[in-house]
Amino acid sequence: MSETDAALHGHGALMEASPYAIPSRKFTMWLFIISDAVTFGAFLFAYGYLRVATPNWQRPFETGSVINVVIMTVVLVTSSLTMLGAVDAAKLGDKAKAMKFLYSTMALGAIFAALHIREWFQLFAKGITLSSGLFGQTFFMITGLHLLHVISGIIAMLVIARGYSRETLTPSHVETTGLYWHFVDLVWMFVVPLVYLTNISH
Amino acid sequence: MATATASGNVIRKYLPIYFVLLAIFFVEVFLAFQHFSTATLVVLLLALAVCSAGLGLMYFMHLAEEHRNLLLTLIPVTIFVLLMMNMFWSDSVRLLHMRPFQQ
Repeated sequence: MSETDAALHGHGALMEASPYAIPSRKFTMWLFIISDAVTFGAFLFAYGYLRVATPNWQRPFETGSVINVVIMTVVLVTSSLTMLGAVDAAKLGDKAKAMKFLYSTMALGAIFAALHIREWFQLFAKGITLSSGLFGQTFFMITGLHLLHVISGIIAMLVIARGYSRETLTPSHVETTGLYWHFVDLVWMFVVPLVYLTNISH
Repeated sequence: MATATASGNVIRKYLPIYFVLLAIFFVEVFLAFQHFSTATLVVLLLALAVCSAGLGLMYFMHLAEEHRNLLLTLIPVTIFVLLMMNMFWSDSVRLLHMRPFQQ
């Protein structure tokens, strides 16, 4: 019995059919995503309140930083697209194509992380650190948490790709990792406008 | 939709969503360079971010193709928790200054 069959029809007489018609692994990932979304939500709400309530908020981002963020966003959204390709190819049993897409996603994720770290070093050069004030604290906490998710995602993809190529892991593992990666992309869609675009020096 | 998936060309299927997401992002960048008040800018950017997140959730994460029960279980609960968080944060500002939160 496949995982989808098990989710749709239950495990014989032992278990009831899943009301969500998805495998347990995928449902667990959804629950993780929801709890992680709330964690990011807490950080972003805290940032939002501090940002609006503080009159002399630091606005360190100039045109160069905005261009960097534009490139980072394009890279991350593109990596979501390649991840879709990986999941689809894995489901269709095209292992070579799935691996190609998985490695492309990892490469794009690594480029994103490198650009992110470069941005951090530019801020360090301006004297903005985790201990330099409210902006530094909130910026590095939020972007640091996101960067941690990106790096974790790359490592997870590496493990999944290796297992999938050796046939110890299934296409459903690739799909679950894909869900996580899309979530990382989704969070970035809130981080950029709130943390970067409201802090451009005019 | 099923035809595109069967042919394995999922990239082409989701390319319009990809371009819409990028378009929304470029609108956000454009708005950031306009001279809005911080509160207005935050509201505008958040509204656009919610739109892109919705697209990502429904199409990239395939929530639109999943069983309706999944969407009805996950999304209202998340929105409720986030809205409650909004209440708690304003209350924390009130406690910090020991006076009502200024709107």
